[in-house]
Amino acid sequence: MTPTTPQLGAIKTALFALCLVPAFLLWRGLEMDTLGANPIEALTRATGEWTLRFLLITLTVTPLRKYSGWHWLVRLRRMLGLFAFAYGVTHLLTYVWLDQFFDWHAIVKDILKRPFITVGFAALVLMTPLAATSFNAAIRKLGGRRWQALHRAIYPIAVMGCVHFWWLVKKDITEPLIYALITAALLGLRAWWREQERRKQLAGGYLPQPRFESKVIKIFE
Amino acid sequence: MPFSVYLTTNSHNGHAAMLIRRPTDILPSEITSPELYRDRRRFLAQSTALALAAALPAGLARAAGQSLGPLAKSPYSIGETPTPYKAVTTYNNFYELGTDKADPAENTHRLKPAPWTLRVEGLVNKPRTFSIEELLKLAPLEERIYRMRCVEGWSMVIPWVGFPLASLLKLVEPQGSAKYVEFVSHYDRSTMTRGVLEWPYNEGLRLDEARHPLTLLAVGLYGEVLPVQNGAPIRLVVPWKYGFKGAKSLVTLRLTEKQPITAWMKAGPSEYGFYSNVNPEVDHPRWSQATERRIGEFSKRKTLMFNGYADQVASMYTGMDLRRFF
Repeated sequence: MTPTTPQLGAIKTALFALCLVPAFLLWRGLEMDTLGANPIEALTRATGEWTLRFLLITLTVTPLRKYSGWHWLVRLRRMLGLFAFAYGVTHLLTYVWLDQFFDWHAIVKDILKRPFITVGFAALVLMTPLAATSFNAAIRKLGGRRWQALHRAIYPIAVMGCVHFWWLVKKDITEPLIYALITAALLGLRAWWREQERRKQLAGGYLPQPRFESKVIKIFE
Repeated sequence: MPFSVYLTTNSHNGHAAMLIRRPTDILPSEITSPELYRDRRRFLAQSTALALAAALPAGLARAAGQSLGPLAKSPYSIGETPTPYKAVTTYNNFYELGTDKADPAENTHRLKPAPWTLRVEGLVNKPRTFSIEELLKLAPLEERIYRMRCVEGWSMVIPWVGFPLASLLKLVEPQGSAKYVEFVSHYDRSTMTRGVLEWPYNEGLRLDEARHPLTLLAVGLYGEVLPVQNGAPIRLVVPWKYGFKGAKSLVTLRLTEKQPITAWMKAGPSEYGFYSNVNPEVDHPRWSQATERRIGEFSKRKTLMFNGYADQVASMYTGMDLRRFF
């Protein structure tokens, strides 16, 4: 099943609208005062969680594509990754603006002194070059292989996101644990694929496939 | 039935119309008079109330929201504006009823605040079990408007209702060897959160802290009976310490010679100490304690030493290294 170009356009539009729903609901919650007694904390928490969710959704695209055979799914990946970045920036903004109110001294101290903030901030910094090289020209300029190597940074970014969450909770680690398990599964899957490939290679029946180079160009045409 | 409603279609213009028609075969005497109708309602309401009252244990009549009557004002109250009732009763850390702050208010059915008893035991001459009714009459109830600073970095101003813990301690006569008071909260494994912390929740104070006039046993807030989510029917309030020191829904007070090991000390010995005094200069290992967000306010405020009660309590800690005894 491969959608036609207009169909894919419609799917992308629908997905874009869907990705905006959490932001819309938070905005409305803020306006209607339904985010509870501590709306700033609720907003910071929600934007952070959505960043992590979008990272994990982005990481689900490849396994989904692989097992369903729907290779067109990869064409949705850039948008999902960019939404992860957008929610991440919003998360940082709620912290810098609403939580610390541009108290740069306190912010810098927090980033350096609080491991959970250090990790979270580093993860967002690492996401920036990925977002900056997400457009087609950047891919062409970098070349598929280098571009892909850079974008594998999403693996440590997702791990850092989980650590950031884990370290901030006071005691009940249920939620960060769920995210960590999903992340472990998604990354474990990739490690397993790699191992399969290595074995195939060792068995001698391996023919290098030009899969990445050709696919990357094709995907983002 | 005195009236009938018919739905008909007007054949001339095709629109549906509702006609209300009184059939002629009902005599006026058959229609229930408004007086009789109201009498029946009243009878039903009264008999339901009676049946309910008979079915419930006496103490349950004291439900959250019920007024606690006239209260003495206290010189220990602060002049700051209390945090709205809704925030005080919907933003709670009461892990037994759920770890999300909105959970406790939604899970009040998991804790029955009546009948209730509080056992005072350990190194006392007169160990005793108090019923909640006895506790309410133990000392004149006062309103105490206190700051409440959570270890997580937010704060409220809460108009508690209660009486000094010292009044209760006097009745049981602590022995000379008693140095600490341990507070134990109610725990019911069948209805409450499992895991997260070691249950039942417990807390502790040094005896001089427990006897301090600011230390309160609260039975209400905003002039009304304490809501379940705030620790009904009776809880500890220690305004110069982080909020978690205020153990909720107390069932046992134990006077001991050795310093009790509290639930949070067991959960994270490097993060939570026995004293847990509000101190802007001693950070939580993972976050700063220098500022706080007062619920309902936009900007953060500076956290005050001993939560603003330094004048009253600092002398209890002279010569102590507060970084070590955090």
